[in-house]
Amino acid sequence: MSMLGPIFVLAVREIRRHLLRSFLTVLGIVIGVAAVVTMVTLGNGATAAVREQISGLGVNILQVRPGQGFGRGGGGPAPADFDMDDVAAIRDQVAGVVVVAPLAQSSGTAVRNAANWSTTVNGTTADYFTAQQWETASGRVFSTTEEQAGKAVCVIGSTLQRNLFRSEDPLGQRFRIRGLSCVVIGTLVTRGQGGFGNDQDDVVLMPIKTVQRRLTGNRNVRLMMVKVDPAYDTAAVTASLQSLLRERRNIRGAKQDDFNIFDTAQISQTLQGTTRILTALLGAVAAVSLLVGGIGIMNIMLVSVTERTREIGIRLAIGAVGREVLLQFLVEAVVLACLGGVIGLLLALVASWSLAPLLGVPFLFDVRINVVAFAFSALIGVIFGYFPARRAAQLNPIDALRHE
Amino acid sequence: MGDDPGTPLIQLRGVTKTFGSGAASFQALRGVDFEVKAGDFVAVMGPSGSGKSTMMNILGCLDVPTTGEFLFQGFHVETLTRDERALLRRRYLGFVFQGFNLLARTSALENVELPLLYRGEKPLARREAAMAALDKVGLADWWDHTPAELSGGQQQRVAIARAIVTSPRVLLADEPTGNLDTARSLEIMELLTGFNDTGITILMVTHEAEMAAYAHTIAHVRDGLVDPVEVRAR
Repeated sequence: MSMLGPIFVLAVREIRRHLLRSFLTVLGIVIGVAAVVTMVTLGNGATAAVREQISGLGVNILQVRPGQGFGRGGGGPAPADFDMDDVAAIRDQVAGVVVVAPLAQSSGTAVRNAANWSTTVNGTTADYFTAQQWETASGRVFSTTEEQAGKAVCVIGSTLQRNLFRSEDPLGQRFRIRGLSCVVIGTLVTRGQGGFGNDQDDVVLMPIKTVQRRLTGNRNVRLMMVKVDPAYDTAAVTASLQSLLRERRNIRGAKQDDFNIFDTAQISQTLQGTTRILTALLGAVAAVSLLVGGIGIMNIMLVSVTERTREIGIRLAIGAVGREVLLQFLVEAVVLACLGGVIGLLLALVASWSLAPLLGVPFLFDVRINVVAFAFSALIGVIFGYFPARRAAQLNPIDALRHE
Repeated sequence: MGDDPGTPLIQLRGVTKTFGSGAASFQALRGVDFEVKAGDFVAVMGPSGSGKSTMMNILGCLDVPTTGEFLFQGFHVETLTRDERALLRRRYLGFVFQGFNLLARTSALENVELPLLYRGEKPLARREAAMAALDKVGLADWWDHTPAELSGGQQQRVAIARAIVTSPRVLLADEPTGNLDTARSLEIMELLTGFNDTGITILMVTHEAEMAAYAHTIAHVRDGLVDPVEVRAR
């Protein structure tokens, strides 16, 4: 339509003529768009962060710990740790279990020459590397013989490697930890920060028997990592695992478990679902403010139509048809709304970019939400601009010309 | 067909106009028969409340008669829709008002370009035609001034430029000199006479006999009816 170009020019001219009023008019849209986009961007970042953290725990892994929840629970005696017989029983009796990696934990200061570094010692089996899908960067993991003999061999994480050995090749070298001298047989690939902000690479892995004998001084297993065959239903495996452990720990009837089975996939889904719901809720609240912004535009456009009644009369007398007057005011409203949308998007970009690090979530620029928010603000311009524009188009030219 | 010397350009036949309804209704026009020949310069005179404004609104295709016929170049205007009448105005009519009615904060040139804009003319053609029209009213040097920066006489001349920029068949002037002093008024009348000489039919409402003296035909409106027209020697 040949009129659209000039009408667009007229609209921009009218907006520039009342710059302050135009800005105040679109403030609602600006805030609405900025709020929606910032909320969703940060929400997406949070969801991604949760997914990242959870995936660090391993895929299809059930973590079995004594006690309820993450802590040791309330009163009463602390629930007993597991032992290697539990590990064997699970591996042999529960269908769908690929590997069971036991974990006995200790900590201490690793010393080599002048260098020392405080770290965590995890006693486990070679299955741990399978369960965690954690590969060696150099060297090898411990053999069955070394495991059974409780040899002082170890595989070290990259943080410990860096702090004890600098740029030297650690393979075959020795270091001491709490009086135990061990040989490095392998190094692990770098994993980075873990699910709860811990440094996963700050670790020494030894055969569990070595740790039990030389460091913890008991035969306890603090934690078992059960890798489930993807072909099996995790819930079913969890259930049979639970009943086996109840039997072995002599828990009967309605008595509560004194251990917990932590399904990483399920936690991941729950957490992601929660953040997604939060994002949607915040987005909805922000969308309401967009609507309010639209009402603001309608308000000012109605005032503008009344104010410019005479102008409309002149245009109609000169031969503008109703549709052209309607289009003029509609375009004005839409240009205003789009302007507000663009300002809002820029504001959201700045806000989410600067807030993301403060909230500890990654900044993820989501093209889709930006496009949707912009389109929505244009749509609001159309919807809330239509009523005032129609009122303008329906004015009687004779009355409009007489309007003071 | 309007150029046919025998056929009048404008014909009102038994036109009535009633405002309101029931007991509160008021009949502004009570069966007007009126004709305007192409190229004529008609002054419409009459006291306020006589119905002359109503008649001019109908002649300007801004309003429709309640009953009766209004033929413009053979079109039955009373049968046209609102938008069709707008297109008729755009194509054939030019308006000059007592209060000038220019767009505020808009340059003289842009005001004159306005009707061309609605005709869908290209920007360059618009500019040229608008400048030519401003030149015809002697305001080419004032093209970038807004109405606030122009005197009353100048504003009315811009309004006349806006009315004639489309080369209309009919120029309707509603008391074009009503807000001006005598010297400015005479300038305006000279301009109108000049455009009438180029073939534009002029319908002008006026109170002042001095201005009506420029017209070739004077129509007196009284109590909703038009007296037999008074044709003056050219």
